[in-house]
Amino acid sequence: MMGGHLAFGTFSYDAAHLLGGGVLVLSFVLLYQRRLTAVINTYALQSVVLAAAAAWQAWVQDAPHLYLTAGITLAAKGIAIPLGMHRIVRQLQVNRSLESALGIFPSMAMGVGLVTLSILVVLPVTPQAQTLTREELALALSVVLMGLLMMITRRTAMTQVLGFMSLENGLILAAVSVAGMPLVVELSVAVLVLLAFAVFGVFFFRIRDRFDSLHLDNLDRVGGIHR
Amino acid sequence: MSMLVALLAQLLHIGLMLAVAPLAVGLIRKVKARLLGRIGPPILQPWRDLARLARKQPVLAENASWVFSGAPAVTFAATLAAAALVPSFALGMTAAPLADLLVIAGLLGVARCALGLAGMDVGTAFGGIGSSREMMFAVFAEPALLLVIFTLSLLAGSTNLDAVAGALHDGALGLRVSLGLSLIAMLAIAIAENGRIPVDNPATHLELTMVHEAMVLEYSGRHLALIEAAAMLKLLVWLGLIGTIFVPFAIAPAGAPTTAWGLGLLGWAAKMLALLLALAAFETSIAKMRVFRVPEFLGIAVLFALLAVVFLFVSQGFA
Repeated sequence: MMGGHLAFGTFSYDAAHLLGGGVLVLSFVLLYQRRLTAVINTYALQSVVLAAAAAWQAWVQDAPHLYLTAGITLAAKGIAIPLGMHRIVRQLQVNRSLESALGIFPSMAMGVGLVTLSILVVLPVTPQAQTLTREELALALSVVLMGLLMMITRRTAMTQVLGFMSLENGLILAAVSVAGMPLVVELSVAVLVLLAFAVFGVFFFRIRDRFDSLHLDNLDRVGGIHR
Repeated sequence: MSMLVALLAQLLHIGLMLAVAPLAVGLIRKVKARLLGRIGPPILQPWRDLARLARKQPVLAENASWVFSGAPAVTFAATLAAAALVPSFALGMTAAPLADLLVIAGLLGVARCALGLAGMDVGTAFGGIGSSREMMFAVFAEPALLLVIFTLSLLAGSTNLDAVAGALHDGALGLRVSLGLSLIAMLAIAIAENGRIPVDNPATHLELTMVHEAMVLEYSGRHLALIEAAAMLKLLVWLGLIGTIFVPFAIAPAGAPTTAWGLGLLGWAAKMLALLLALAAFETSIAKMRVFRVPEFLGIAVLFALLAVVFLFVSQGFA
């Protein structure tokens, strides 16, 4: 058994671990959804669970600035961005059913593979760290990789952006679970995401104007890839 | 003396399961009807149906073999045996040493196998379709169940249900991500195994998408009564499994005096009531999925169960 003041069986450890696990499970739910509105709602739920995880860490680590992180996560990613997304979906009248490049089951199976991979990567390189930190890092890396997987397997601009945002949720999860991460880092990541969302919003409208669709296969033509 | 107490608990448990199973189904139907704005049949209706069916003579097809007439009894016996092994209000019943999770999975498998064979026995198209679909779902549900059992046995150090429930009851294991993932997988398996709504519709009798009802379409009279009773018992067995493993509170521990049974009974009733109401609300709020999407749904249960095993290796310090 590893050292550290947070050991197995203590409630604060278990709850932190469970919340991190909840974020990861919602990453899988994101891959499973077939409708755009459901994907957006799942993303909002994931952000809310992440905010709860951050608040819990703030209480456990006795680090008040993490409450701020939790507040920003809840307000920006749990409420503002999903509302904006729903608005864009209504305005652009995009096709609400999604297709996956790989199929649902193979992409979920790849997700399980990625989780295993991140555990195998994180555990051997962090033998000195506390148990909590190690496992939260493994969870966070899994969420990041699942976000990348979602960006690969989904073929519309909206879902790629949601994949990117969910990846960023993984980064925040890593940041809050490592004690001593300065607030500047978290704030700059949060601001970056808001900016990125604004830029993506503009891009949605441009792509839509140009191709009458948000399907990214159209962009391959512009990029000079001929199939 | 304690052997007598254990035997008494066992007999009381079996009687309770038999008496409550039709009431549970009646309650679900009632709640679903109320949620849809109908009054619905009384909760006792499944009992009345069973009593009426049991009095009727079965009608057999001309080419029905002994498999067809024997299957209901086998199904009911296997399900009843499984029901006897899953504790309700007290641990440490007489059959507790036999209550291995693998044995319970096997007994349910025997019941399913007997029905599957019977569905194909007469040679009607509907029965064959039902049997093949039931088996197609089982191919995914059983590995998921075995993985969940693997997780539980790693956690508790035993595949015995009483030992698992005891270990979880003590609370030494705490909250675990693995347990959460196992619970998700277990709920998905339970829905598929009992033919509840996203997978199969228990309320239809003539529909191209039905599974369980298609398989038993040829049955009538007391055979049908046995099959229906087995299906009701099976629902209670699954709810009992979920309640005992994942909500291990208010159950009388092994060797507790008989006075502790009262609290155990109350706790069990509360757990079952909560699960039944949740199931009824869930079924009302969701649409049935296409048959060929079910393997995907169950495949995801397998993946979650696998993930639970992976995480268990992490938290046990594997590196």
